This record gives sequence, structure tokens and C-alpha cells, in this order.
Amino acid sequence: MKYDTIIIGGGLSGLMAGVKLARSGSKVAIISSGQSALHFHSGSFGLLGHADGKELLHPLEAIGTLPAGHPYSKIGAESIPALADDAKQIFADAGLTFIGDSSKNHFRLTPLGLCEPSWLTMDDYATCENPSETGWRKATIINFKGFLDFLPGFLADGLKKHNLPCDYAEITLPAIERLRRNSSEMRAAAIAKVLKGPVLEMLASEINRAAGNSDVVFMPAVVGIDSEQPVRELRSMVIPKLLCVPVLPMSVCGMRSQIRLRRYFEQLGGTYFLGDNVTRGYMEGPALKEIETANLSGMSLQADNFILATGSFFSQGLVAEPDRIYEPVLGADVEAPSDRSLWCGKSIFDNQPYMQFGVTTDRDFHVMFNGVPAGNVYAVGAILGGSNPIREGSGGGVAILSALQVARNIIAAGRADNSEAQA
Amino acid sequence: MEYQIKNISPNNLEQCIKCTICTVYCPVLAVNPDYPGPKQAGPDGERYRLKNPEFYDAALKYCLNCKRCEVACPSNVKIGDIIQTARIRYDKRQVSLRDRMLASTDFMGKMATSMSFIVNTALRMPLTKSVMDFTLGIDHHRNFPTYSSETFESWMRREAPDQSSFPRRLSYFHGCFVNYNNPALGRDFVKLMNAIGYGVSLLEKERCCGVAKIANKMVDEARRDARLNIGSIRKAVSRGQQVIATSSTCVFTIRDEYPHLLDVDNADVRDSILLATAFLNRLVDEGRVKLVFRKDYRRRITYHTPCHMQKLGWAIHSVSLLRSIPGLTLVPLESSCCGIAGTYGFKKENYAYSQAIGRELFDRIIEAGVDLVATDCETCKMQIEMSTGVKVENPVTILAEALDVEATMKANGVK
Repeated sequence: MKYDTIIIGGGLSGLMAGVKLARSGSKVAIISSGQSALHFHSGSFGLLGHADGKELLHPLEAIGTLPAGHPYSKIGAESIPALADDAKQIFADAGLTFIGDSSKNHFRLTPLGLCEPSWLTMDDYATCENPSETGWRKATIINFKGFLDFLPGFLADGLKKHNLPCDYAEITLPAIERLRRNSSEMRAAAIAKVLKGPVLEMLASEINRAAGNSDVVFMPAVVGIDSEQPVRELRSMVIPKLLCVPVLPMSVCGMRSQIRLRRYFEQLGGTYFLGDNVTRGYMEGPALKEIETANLSGMSLQADNFILATGSFFSQGLVAEPDRIYEPVLGADVEAPSDRSLWCGKSIFDNQPYMQFGVTTDRDFHVMFNGVPAGNVYAVGAILGGSNPIREGSGGGVAILSALQVARNIIAAGRADNSEAQA
Repeated sequence: MEYQIKNISPNNLEQCIKCTICTVYCPVLAVNPDYPGPKQAGPDGERYRLKNPEFYDAALKYCLNCKRCEVACPSNVKIGDIIQTARIRYDKRQVSLRDRMLASTDFMGKMATSMSFIVNTALRMPLTKSVMDFTLGIDHHRNFPTYSSETFESWMRREAPDQSSFPRRLSYFHGCFVNYNNPALGRDFVKLMNAIGYGVSLLEKERCCGVAKIANKMVDEARRDARLNIGSIRKAVSRGQQVIATSSTCVFTIRDEYPHLLDVDNADVRDSILLATAFLNRLVDEGRVKLVFRKDYRRRITYHTPCHMQKLGWAIHSVSLLRSIPGLTLVPLESSCCGIAGTYGFKKENYAYSQAIGRELFDRIIEAGVDLVATDCETCKMQIEMSTGVKVENPVTILAEALDVEATMKANGVK
């Protein structure tokens, strides 16, 4: 089977690159070994929240000062605002409403009641422009009876620091009581599956009753697994402002992003192989010619371009063994010291060098094999080295923007080839 | 590295990082809170069971063996295999008469085809349904598939002499459904293969692939059938023939469940066992075969991905072939479980869950407003036809119907 581009990895960066390419008319396939890390999504994407340990309000200013090996430096600070706008548009077209802008960070409310700088946050969630001036006067925190993945006490303690008085109310509904029969499986996604239709009306009246004279209600983010519609419906029926707070995974909003982006990709003509693994790649000189997968063994998958979007250690895009760190799919070069003692910081809160490990790429994100960049293999997202998603608050931004940058370059190169051929 | 080697466990049990993604995609958990869910039933429960088999939870019987948990797992844990292995190993309950009847597709098929008129009439009667519901626990809502008066095998034996004249040959694993209930699909397969120059032979001996026996814990019987099938398949492969089936579940069972659940080794022949659409699409994709379709064929169709097809990762083959038919409008359909899972949905205690699982799919199919649903699985066909009223056909039947046989033979140099 022949495609214009094959993307290995079907999470955030793979899908963003896939959608961007498919929008330009390319024939694209995504191969995903299982469901992605988007299922652990907080509801927010960070562009750059911290630099040198300081909270940032204007991320673009700081991006210009990042070291040369950082993915943002490879993209180029000047290109970032346009790519960021493009991302927001793609999300909107896929049916995902985000608030936020690359020129200025806003703040998202964490489950601990802290305010963290963010670039894009899903419309459902609690955010504010300024943590010392939230505009909230009195809050009610609600939770579902028996739901253990949301801890209102922590949230209330955190909000106290913002001088926000909080009430707490526990809600239950017949549909929720049924879920409690299996308490260990009563998690966000299970709740989201029952919160629809008439159940939403019952929930809204319960919330209204619990809210009293509060002007804002915080609830666990457990509504709307494959569309924003149920959140909208619920909000239209709740009198105070209703805002969601992230809970322990699975993240309902993350699943919504995954489902919506994949559906959009497929609507654009893309092919998504789920639950398949790339077993081999055949190089021809400095280029990858074709790959084989476990499910489609004996059949070659060819493409002009390949994008490696397999994620970091968590998604097994990188694998660490006691004496080495390697990229398991294509055997690409990895930028990591061989001395194991240099991988980790001593305390968990120290800077962890392994967070910055990744495959070696040139300035255009071409993947290197034995020191030579492959002309048609790119890496995007968490598999890239050079950034520290946790300390910088940049994971979402790197995943989205590197993917769009590579897709843009592939499209531009294709156009140049076409005009050459025409000339 | 020694400690790493020691950590390698069957079915990648140790790779489970407790992320719970599998639980989100489990069709049973979404409708039945009494099912512990794939994580608890699979890798978590297995740790307890390894300590003491007493920890075996009878609620594992609710697992459909759809493998959607495995498809979702980012860590490659064989969750479904862990659950099925536990059922085989630890569930000591006797197999009931009902389960034995449902699982013995070969035996029941042979009996029924020999007196198909009486059986079909009887199975359609409300009284028979009520009696079976009451005495056996086979839900009265279910329609049994009609039994054919002649098995596919006997039709094939009459037609077989013709088949040797084709330049290339393949073996057909027809499965119970084609043999006893839907020989027309088998005939369509032969028509399609003949048109591209392949003669079709039966395997020397063929028994039920065993999926129903595995699900109903008749493991010894399933293993016996599996050994016999693999023996026949080996002979066909040694003659240079690939073994092609039209049922995604038969193919999946023979390729993957034999080694994983029945300890029947098939490594030497596994790659030669293919689903018809996978076989055909590869040939078309490589430019070795050309299909020419009738100009007057017009259909609006949607493709339902059976769970085992999803696990095989082969929906692309069926979908690509259907898309290549010029007069066919293919309406996209999001993949989800239809709920029947072979014999599971026939059982009275599962009927309501079975329908609740499939509800979303049924609604989407009805909404799609199609003439026909295409799918590679026979029990999905029964379930969708019963629950939506929309007719369901195997892609092979659709391809055979849309095919311009003469033009295809000409295009492939077949005389």
C-alpha cells in the first residue's frame, strides 16, 4: 500500500500532523500501537509556562532565549504564533473548543487548587486570566458519591489561598448508584458514559440545589466523552457558572480530543491503523523506503515521507534498559549519555535529565541514523529531545507545533516538487 | 540483564502499568457493573490467581473475548488472552447441555441440515422458542439462522472437478456457517476466486475452528479440532496452497487463539492462513489481479468492523475492496461491538447486555440509511439483521454480485 506520508504513532502529535497533511489533500496513514497518552490529558496544553524556574506570562518572549537544541528553537520563534493559530483552528474544525492564545498565558485551575500557566485549555475547564483576581466570589465544589478520583478537600484548601470560600456537596443519581456496584471501576470515563440525555437534567437540578448562593460551581471533569454537547447542555441548565476540574485518568476531555481528532482525520480521507506495531523499516540509502507491521505482515507500506510520533518513555517511543536508551521502531540515533548515573536527578523534584532525552534530529526534524539525517523521516512530539515538558510546561506545545511545522514543510516541499515537475 | 529476562511473563502480564485505558474500551463494563472489567479480570486478577486459584472470580464469564482491550492497550499486554486462559484454567464448573449445544456447531449443523425443513420451521415457531428459553436458557428473542438443505461441502464435491483446471489453486476454510447455513457465500467465494484464476479446493478434513467451544470451555474438544484443522492446513500449505477463509473469526481463531489459548502450534503455516478480503486486496494492491465491476451496480453500503477483524487489523482490506467498486457508496461507520460475540448473546442471562452493548451500533446503522451492511463475521450478521432490520452480507458476496465476471477473467488472462 502506498501513501504520501505514513505517521508512526497516533497520539496528539501524530494526529495533528496527520490532520494537517490530510487537509492539504495528501494520502496519509497513521499506525498506532494502542490508545495514546492523550488519555492522560489535563484539559490544557502548555506552550511555555516556566523558564529558569520562573512563571511566564508571555511565552513567546522567552522562546527566543531557549537553547539551540530545543524543538522551539528549531521551529524558530518567529514561526510559532502562526502555527499556534493554525492549531487552534484545527481543533475547532475537529469540534474541540479551546480558549487561550500564544501571545499570553492564562491560568488553569489544578486539582490541588493551584493556578498553572497554560496556552490552550478546553472550554469546559476552570481558568482565569489572573490568579489574584479570579472574579469568583463564592464556590461550591461538588462530587459524585463514591467517586474516588477527585479530591475536593485538596481543591478547597488550594482555593482558600485565593481567598475563595468553598462549600462542598456530594451528589448522587440512580445512574451513579448503579455504577457504585463496581466501585473500583467507577472512574471518569464510566461516569461520562451515563451522563447524557435525561440524566443531565437530573444532574443539573441536583447541582442547582447544592449550589445555594454560590456564583461558581466546580465539578470533576466527567462529562462529554466524544463531544462537547453534553457539557453545553448541562451548562445551559445550571444557574451558577459551571467549571470542570481535572480528575485522575482516564481523562474524559483527553478521550474527546483523541476521538474527535481521529474522526476528523478519517473524514479527511486518512487511514488510521489501531493496535498495530511497526516491525521493520527498509532503508534505501539515506531514505526510508517502506515499513512492515505486525498485522499487515508480508505487505509493504510505502510512503514518500515518514513521521515518527511514537512519544517518549511512557508510550515506548523510547526504551530504557539498564545500560542503554534506544528508539525501538526504526533504531534511530538517540541523544542520551551512555553513563547511566547521568540519567536521573537525585531527588524526584530535581531536574531530571532523562526528560530531555530524545531521538537526534537536524534543524528540520529529520531523524538521524548513524549520524546521517534521513531525507524523508521526521520526528515530532514527545520523542524529540531538548525540552523538559514537566519543568517548562511545554509538552503540549512541543507535540502540536513540531507536528504542524513538519507537516507544513512536507506540504511545501511537495508543492515545490510539483511546480518543478510542471516547469 | 539477567533480572530483565526473568521478568518476561506470559501474555506480557508484567508490562501492565495500570493505566486503565482498557477499561474505557471494554463494551461489557459499560453496560454490566457486575463484570470486573479487563484490568481487574486480566492482569490485576492474574496476580492473585497466581498466588492462589481460589481467587478466580466467576464473573469472568461475562467477558466477550472481543479483544478490544488488547487493541486499546498501549503496552501490548494480552489482556483478553489472560482472561480466557484464566477461564480455561480455573473455572471448574460443568459445561451445561445448553452451552454444549450452542458450541457444537458441527454436530448441530449436521443434524439440522439433514432435516432442514423441519428444523427451520420448528426454530421459527414461538412455541419452540419459549420452550428453548424455559428449558435451556436460550433467549426467545433470538432468531436461529436457517439451515440449508445441502451443505456447502456437498455442493463443492459436485463442483470440484471444474476447479482443477485453474492455473493457480487455493484451499478454502469455509467454516460452519457457510457449510450449514449460508452456502451461498461459499459459492460466491468460488465464483470470485475462479474469475481471477484461482481454483478452490476443500481442506482434506475441516472441523469447526473452535471459537464457540473455547468460549464455552470445551477446551479438549476444541484442541482436538484445532489439531485436525492444522494438520489439514499443513497438507494444503505443503502443496503450495494458501488457506483462505471468509469468516474473520475463523481466521482469527486459527491464527491466534490456537497457539495462545489451545497450545496448538501453527507458526509454520500461520502466514498462509488469510481472510478472503486480505488475500484479494494484497493481490489487487500489488497489481497482480484486476477486478472489473458491473456498470449497472448501485448500492449504498456501510462496513461494520467485527471485533476480531479490529484485532486482526484487517478492516482496511475489506474497506479498500468495497471502495474499489465504482457504483458503491461506502458510508463510514465508527467501529464498536455489536454485542453478540458468537454464542454469548444467545444465552438468556446475556441477552439484555448483548443488546445494550450493540445499541449504539444499531442506532448508527439505522441512521446511516444504507441498503446493506457489509461485514466479515457471521454472528455480527445475525445480530445486526435481527436488531436493525437491515440486511447484512459478507464483502465477498457483495464483490461477487458487483463483479463483471467475463471482463474480470479477461483482464486476468483466465480462460
